[in-house]
Amino acid sequence: MEHSIYKYILRHSKKQQIILLLLSCASFPFLYYYLELPKIIIDQAIQAKDIVFPVEFMDISIDQEEFLYVSVAAFLILVLINQGFKYAINVYQGITGERMLRRLRYELYSRIMRFPLPTFRKKSSGEIIPMITAEVEPLGGFIGEAFVLPAFQGGYLLVIMGFLLVQNVYMALAAIALYPLQAYFIPKMQRKVNLLGKERVQRVRILSDKIGETVAGIQEIHVHDASNLMRADFTNQLGRIYFVRYRIYLLKFVIKFLNNFIQQLGPFFFYAIGGTMVIAGNLEIGTLVAAINAHKEMAAPWKELLAYYQRREDARIKYEQVVEQFEPAGLRDDSYQQDEPDPFPKLSGELVGSNLILSDDTGSAQLEGLNIKVPLDSKVAIVGNAGSGRDALTRILARLIDPDKGNLAAGEVNLLDAPQSVTGRRISYIGQSGYVFNSTIGDNLFFGLKHRPLRELDIEDEDEKTFLLRDQSEIELTDNSPFNVRHDWIDYESAGVNSLEELDGRAIDVLQMVELGDDVYQFGLRSTLDPEEDPETAALILSARKRFFEKIENGGGLKNLVEAFEPDKYNTNATLGENLLFGTPVDESFDLERLAENTYVQKVIDEANLKTEFLKMGYQVASLMVELFADLPPDHEFFQQYGFISSDDLPEYQAILTRVNPEKLDQMREEDKLRFMSLPFKVIPSRHRLGVITEEIQEKIVKARKQFVDHLPDELKGSIAFFNPDEYNAAANIQDNILFGKIAYGYAQASEKIGALLSDVVSEMELKRAIIKVGLNFPVGSGGSRLSENQRQKLCIARSILKKPDFLVINQATASLDARSQQRILENILNEFEGRGVIWSLEKPELSYLFDQILLINGGVIADTGTFEDLQKRSEQFKMLIN
Amino acid sequence: MSLREEVETLRQIPLFAKVDPSKIKLLAFTSERLTFQAGDILCKQGEMGDAAYVIINGKADVVVDSPTGPLTVATMQKNDVVGEIAILINIPRTATIKAASELTTLRITKDLFLRTISEFPEMSVEMMRVLAERLVRTTEELQKAKESLRKETGEE
Repeated sequence: MEHSIYKYILRHSKKQQIILLLLSCASFPFLYYYLELPKIIIDQAIQAKDIVFPVEFMDISIDQEEFLYVSVAAFLILVLINQGFKYAINVYQGITGERMLRRLRYELYSRIMRFPLPTFRKKSSGEIIPMITAEVEPLGGFIGEAFVLPAFQGGYLLVIMGFLLVQNVYMALAAIALYPLQAYFIPKMQRKVNLLGKERVQRVRILSDKIGETVAGIQEIHVHDASNLMRADFTNQLGRIYFVRYRIYLLKFVIKFLNNFIQQLGPFFFYAIGGTMVIAGNLEIGTLVAAINAHKEMAAPWKELLAYYQRREDARIKYEQVVEQFEPAGLRDDSYQQDEPDPFPKLSGELVGSNLILSDDTGSAQLEGLNIKVPLDSKVAIVGNAGSGRDALTRILARLIDPDKGNLAAGEVNLLDAPQSVTGRRISYIGQSGYVFNSTIGDNLFFGLKHRPLRELDIEDEDEKTFLLRDQSEIELTDNSPFNVRHDWIDYESAGVNSLEELDGRAIDVLQMVELGDDVYQFGLRSTLDPEEDPETAALILSARKRFFEKIENGGGLKNLVEAFEPDKYNTNATLGENLLFGTPVDESFDLERLAENTYVQKVIDEANLKTEFLKMGYQVASLMVELFADLPPDHEFFQQYGFISSDDLPEYQAILTRVNPEKLDQMREEDKLRFMSLPFKVIPSRHRLGVITEEIQEKIVKARKQFVDHLPDELKGSIAFFNPDEYNAAANIQDNILFGKIAYGYAQASEKIGALLSDVVSEMELKRAIIKVGLNFPVGSGGSRLSENQRQKLCIARSILKKPDFLVINQATASLDARSQQRILENILNEFEGRGVIWSLEKPELSYLFDQILLINGGVIADTGTFEDLQKRSEQFKMLIN
Repeated sequence: MSLREEVETLRQIPLFAKVDPSKIKLLAFTSERLTFQAGDILCKQGEMGDAAYVIINGKADVVVDSPTGPLTVATMQKNDVVGEIAILINIPRTATIKAASELTTLRITKDLFLRTISEFPEMSVEMMRVLAERLVRTTEELQKAKESLRKETGEE
């Protein structure tokens, strides 16, 4: 990258800068006449000096008044022209700046991915993120104005100066007499401000790093009661920033003071010198007015120029600082990630590393001339103590770090020279803790198959389409990535399949290989399915529902354990709210917590003549709650577990109860009514056993349920997915779709028995794979936070297997799993890689008997090689390791 | 069954007989009514207990493992409390309780029970009284048993 911001600007936006310069030059003549006109208006049009009316102009005679109108009209036109120029220049300048900013950000971002990995030990995301987001932001503004502003404003200033000189030399000289002084002192002070600014940027970077650390290490902070230390440290940083800013303010406002003072000296001289001259008759009053006007006009460009100087210094420093941070030693070439050899090589034969030497950033040796030679179709275990160099070796073999010296080749291919397209597709690596991206499980699995967009996809969203189309030319102008992120990137061929459907099937196999299948099945059960997208699965689930209820009917004592949703029957294991809606809310309109506030619900209750009943029920529930819970401390968990009323609201209900007459509930205040009405909605008869929802009320609710559907206004029609025994409910999850009812309260082990029955039905109908497939759409959360650590690691292992690499390097990837699953997963992977290479740095050396060959590594070199039996016979060290 | 009936049931149980009605109500409301099929196990000998059961309807057998096989030592019925020892002290269940018919119980979890006791001291006093009575009775029985044992050995 260019080290000077000017070089960078010229290299990427020379054309735009020239256009801007030309535009500003073109504006100067108009500017001059704009200054000249007031003089003509005052002296000639108003005072009629040196002119005889009527004036002949292109055969038209113009009298004085008309002349005045013509000249003021011309003045107005010139104002328009000048502002027009300014507008055009500003817009073009803004666009130029934004494009350059886009280019700069893109370049910096893509550099991050070319940093050698050890760089990230020294640089945290807390430092990198603000550099690309906030710190370069002002650079865009500066790049746009880099040339045009001094040219335009400087030129503007010169035009005014020229005009003043033409009017009266002394006055002109007096007006600018103090400019040299300003031009001398202000940059000096400005330099100090800039140095402080530089310090401020660094301090803020440290600050954001501290915040990042606090978030990342929050657990440690709690565990060790370290919050005071963190706060004190933060205070210290804030204090430093405060004093830097304090000094900046002092200097900045001194500069401002000086600027304003000197600016005001101009009028002082005009009135003094010009006034004297007008009195003496040496100067026309019009000229004086024009001169004062012109001087006023001068203030703006001069200020702009000084401000520009400040920004220029600022931008220069910022640019240099940022660029410096993005040029770590060992930065890989752009072509390393862009090149794609043709024909694309397959890695086969032998993996040969010779004389591999590596030391870490402290200079201590990790590998000391290590030689390795293994066939790429065999299973190789690397064993050794911690610190023996096996960790570094696996990373070098996976091409994650470069050795300081040595060679590495796979068959004919020199891996050290090979572009990432070869190493990143033909080799895979799994470390101790892989990273899971904030997307779905499926996306994470297919992450290793997306190297280039392979097929165009039709984009249905019109907005997205126009955006992509418009952005095309901008991408070319800013050298951004030419690849379209919306296209289909998945490389089916390299995964050994032909279509997305086959890939899903393969993904399910791989998930089961790493024992993640059951977990994803559980996610699938709790996910929703769009029946329009996958009608077959939806139909299967619907028949699973039938089968489920057949089984329940057929005895086994399960009959009472589930109460199905039946359109003509009140479900005593569901809340009154659920019974009335008889469906799953799709959006916020029918929030089950706030049904009483919904006007449509109120209308339905009113029309069903249930309002009084609701108030009565509300009264009963409220009195019981107040009776039971009034003595409990406010933080008591009963409020959460059983309360219809929160501890905050309880006193309010107490107050309402004392002021209402239970015989005349209709006369309550409206807001009290609403509070009472909200209570019955949450009552579940068989759980709460309050006896307030009588059979008569249940009947009325079932009737109201029908009214509710029939009269639902059009705008609310999409807000609720109604229960229908013969239809798939798109808003409910798969489990609820099969169950289609409520597990009954009050039956021992009901959930367990129903759960067992459910999985019986699923396996009987061979639905498991279909449900796992739905589970692929489960969003894993930021950094995979919705998965457990083991699930994340298994997902990363599955991702590497799915890619079908020619060889797989594994660095203690299963260490966090329990011993039995470790062994099972290991065996599954070795089976899967039949005919391909696996190099596994084992956390449990005793498992190495499963491998063809064992490399015993010690002190950064390979100490011994052989089969399990060989090593067991001859190597004391190996015996130590496996015991 | 409604809450009101459950409160009545609880009040007929000696343990709760003298506890303030409103507190009984709270206990009944916050406990789970649980139905067992005949043959279902409420708790198993040797396992750690986490709840006591108040029998509202039906019968339950108390079965103890003995060298000669399972031995039914008692049958509990309406208004009896079973498993209350396990929620007071942390010991494994001393017997297996099995539903002898369809059985309706109120399941009071250990947490809830202890919390209620600590919040309402009257109840713990009542609890102590009932347990003390039981201790007196057990001591008497033990004495009788010892005496008859001495007689038997003396006669020999």
